Amino acid sequence: MADRTFPVEGTLDLTPARPRENTWLETAHEWVTTVDHKKLGIMYVTYAIVFLLVGGAEAIAIRIQLMWPQNKFLSPEVFNQFFTMHGTTMVFLMGMPMIFGFANYLVPLMIGARDMAFPRLNAFSFWMTAFGGLLLYYSFLGGSGLYGVGSAPDVGWWAYAPLTARAFSPGHATDYWALALIVTGVGTIGTAINIIATVLSMRCKGMTLMRMPLFVWLSMVTSGLTLITITPLTAAQIMLLIDRYLGGHFFDTQAGGSATIWMHFFWIFGHPEVYVLVLPAFGIASEVIPVFSRKAIFGYPAMVAASVGIAFISTGVWAHHMFTIGMTSVSNAFFVLSTMLVGIPTGIKIFNWIATMWGGKIRFATPMLFLTAFVFQFLAAGLTGIMLAVAPFDWQLHNSYFVIAHFHYVLVGAIVFAIFGGLYYWFPKVTGRMLNEKWGKWNFWLFLIGFHVTFDTMHFVGILGMPRSIYTYMPDRGWNNLNLVVSIGAFIQAISVLIFAANLVWSLFRGEIAGNDPWDAWTLEWAAASPPPVYNFSTDPSVESRRPLWDLKHPEDPDWKYE
Amino acid sequence: MDREWLRAVPRTGAAILFFLLLPALAFADGPQSVPSIFAPASTPASDIYGVSLFALAVTGGIFAVVGGLLAYALVRFRDKGDASDKREPAQIYGSTQIELAWTVIPILIVVVLFLTTARMIFAIQDAPKPPDALDVTVVGHQFWWEFRYPKLGIVTANELHVPLSPKDHPEPTYLKLYSADTDHSFWVPQLAGKTDLIPNHPNITWIEPQEPGLYLGQCAQFCGVEHAKMLLRVYVDTPAQFAAWVKNQEQPAVEDNEPEVLAGRRVFETEACMNCHAIRGTAATGRFGPDLTHLMSRSTIASGAVPNTEANLREWIKDPDYFKPGSLMPAMQLTNQQLDEVTAYLETLK
Repeated sequence: MADRTFPVEGTLDLTPARPRENTWLETAHEWVTTVDHKKLGIMYVTYAIVFLLVGGAEAIAIRIQLMWPQNKFLSPEVFNQFFTMHGTTMVFLMGMPMIFGFANYLVPLMIGARDMAFPRLNAFSFWMTAFGGLLLYYSFLGGSGLYGVGSAPDVGWWAYAPLTARAFSPGHATDYWALALIVTGVGTIGTAINIIATVLSMRCKGMTLMRMPLFVWLSMVTSGLTLITITPLTAAQIMLLIDRYLGGHFFDTQAGGSATIWMHFFWIFGHPEVYVLVLPAFGIASEVIPVFSRKAIFGYPAMVAASVGIAFISTGVWAHHMFTIGMTSVSNAFFVLSTMLVGIPTGIKIFNWIATMWGGKIRFATPMLFLTAFVFQFLAAGLTGIMLAVAPFDWQLHNSYFVIAHFHYVLVGAIVFAIFGGLYYWFPKVTGRMLNEKWGKWNFWLFLIGFHVTFDTMHFVGILGMPRSIYTYMPDRGWNNLNLVVSIGAFIQAISVLIFAANLVWSLFRGEIAGNDPWDAWTLEWAAASPPPVYNFSTDPSVESRRPLWDLKHPEDPDWKYE
Repeated sequence: MDREWLRAVPRTGAAILFFLLLPALAFADGPQSVPSIFAPASTPASDIYGVSLFALAVTGGIFAVVGGLLAYALVRFRDKGDASDKREPAQIYGSTQIELAWTVIPILIVVVLFLTTARMIFAIQDAPKPPDALDVTVVGHQFWWEFRYPKLGIVTANELHVPLSPKDHPEPTYLKLYSADTDHSFWVPQLAGKTDLIPNHPNITWIEPQEPGLYLGQCAQFCGVEHAKMLLRVYVDTPAQFAAWVKNQEQPAVEDNEPEVLAGRRVFETEACMNCHAIRGTAATGRFGPDLTHLMSRSTIASGAVPNTEANLREWIKDPDYFKPGSLMPAMQLTNQQLDEVTAYLETLK
């Protein structure tokens, strides 16, 4: 338009120009090159949801195979690949990206910042994680190397040595597994550093550490824990590759290496990893439960202390995964004690959530339904965890379906329920539209029923002596009916997840317009527009308490008087 | 509206629950085909059962109290839907006394649970070994079990025979656990908790069975393709049965001069069979596969995958993948005649 210096009278269209719509290529370019924490957060979460569906499909295939004894739906090789990929996918490609997606999107908004501390590191981290996932799944095509057909890793997500040695795992499937985890690990470490730096240096005026929303606290603790735990995993993967290709003997038992060293490395990572995933779920619970109970969180300082305490203790409990490897009685007793100690700060958290509800006015919208179930299930999961910490009991339960039931109670019953709750809670902020409540209720109740049908039953199969990782079982063991029930529950969960996916897509285009603050909430992200502009806040916010929006809404009774 | 069916729901629910839990409730003494950890028949398993019930009672109590409080809060403090009442509830930020109480009580529970557990760990793991305990060496292989009785000179596979341990005069069996390849785990739930077989890391476990009979278990640490069919059978024999079994196992292989059997033996010794399998008293001394000296004294083949019948044995030799896809035994492409002969030979190994 700039060349039209002399417009002829009456020829100029004076109606305001409509913003030009991007071509799809421009849109794609914008997303690929973005360094905006919100876009990256959305990509993380989308990526995680895609892998939730993929990992879920693998689980369904596993459950079809185990519906009947001596079923021939999957070959043993494919079954072993599927449970390996299911575990690896759900932990590294679903759980981690999901929690980092939440943290990426929410932490800057919650602390009144305009972006993360290192936006380009943020983009780099996301793409490393994304390519790590693609690398892992490429093994289905390229796993056996150039001349063989593809084969995915089949050594279990714990990949115990020496099964991963070249003698027992020829081909390249195990290499894809190790490399993919190293690559996603780099991305994870980058994001963890970024979150810590953001929380420590980007807070708005008045946002002291003890005024931060608990979700921010838990994201920071999680990030610190990530830095501690991903490191030994990456080291172990590099050692494994040295064993496989450079003639190393770290884990090569045929040449005097140690299989137990791998177990220590893996569980020094693996146990705190559970807390890496569950702490952000605690964070979601600590945001959603107060808002829907209409009360401030009970015992905020104790919640912060308990979070840090759990993270700290969780780094010293790893060998409770190894009670059966023949450690000395003193080592066993030590890890019994350290494991049971985790129960104390965890108990404090559960009590504080209940106390938050106590005397409140609880609104059961979909986010709250999910978080209510979260508290129940996390309580049960914690208690089966205490049973497993009783080492002699664990000698029986270890590697049985009881353990599978226990950790799915944590990973699904607690974490996935919290994630669903969080998605229903923050979706309006991210898209400007509400997720459909009616479908949300279907999503919740079906998932709840399916979850309990599957995982409650699994405890009993384990008590009856069914070990994990078996592709088939004998018909006379008394496991037949129970396994059928477990599988039926899995199908119900699958239907529920599909309803969720449909709700997500439908609501994105047709959902009710949300407005800035649909839940009448109190933290800073609800002060921004929905969806928030690129710069989040047009002026730097300034806060005086843990609940800045409560102070605005209740000038007669602001929080800062009591904190 | 007729809500009669609604009243049937709890009854149906209870019936379904009972049906599901029926196997779990099988606390029967003695051996059963359901390897329930709650039907112990040997000393470590029964001690573990005791401490398990204690842990269940404690955690169950906590679940009832805390879950009950949560359920009460959810019902009592739900939004009653009174739209006219716009007031927010009273804001309570915390209470030092209450928070201290629910920190101290769990600490006390942990102390009690820990002491009980530690006592049991030391009692089982550091139990002194009686001088007349039976020693058995267990070697885990992909995907079968090798049992060696060093003092008796017996080598067998997949089916462990141990003597009954009388209550007044305990004769436990001590199992030394090795692995020839990857990690495995020895688990017979009615007898003891599991202990792993890890290469370069020998372990020891013990059992003191008090009821004769057959106990079922299987490998409990993922060890490769056929981990699921690395089954385990433990026969607890009365003293007379055990003595008879030992007497038979100590003999070298039975010699039989029938032409077909001799031909079968020739096939066994000229094809690759003897590279992996041993038959005591013959040229076959391989150790990669199970010792076949007394193959016919075992009731299953392929590590418990199928019953040891003549037809199964022939099918197994013809194509091991038919029963156990991914087992390490190769199909030797024998002719039908060779198959008949070698089966006939193996059938004589009583």
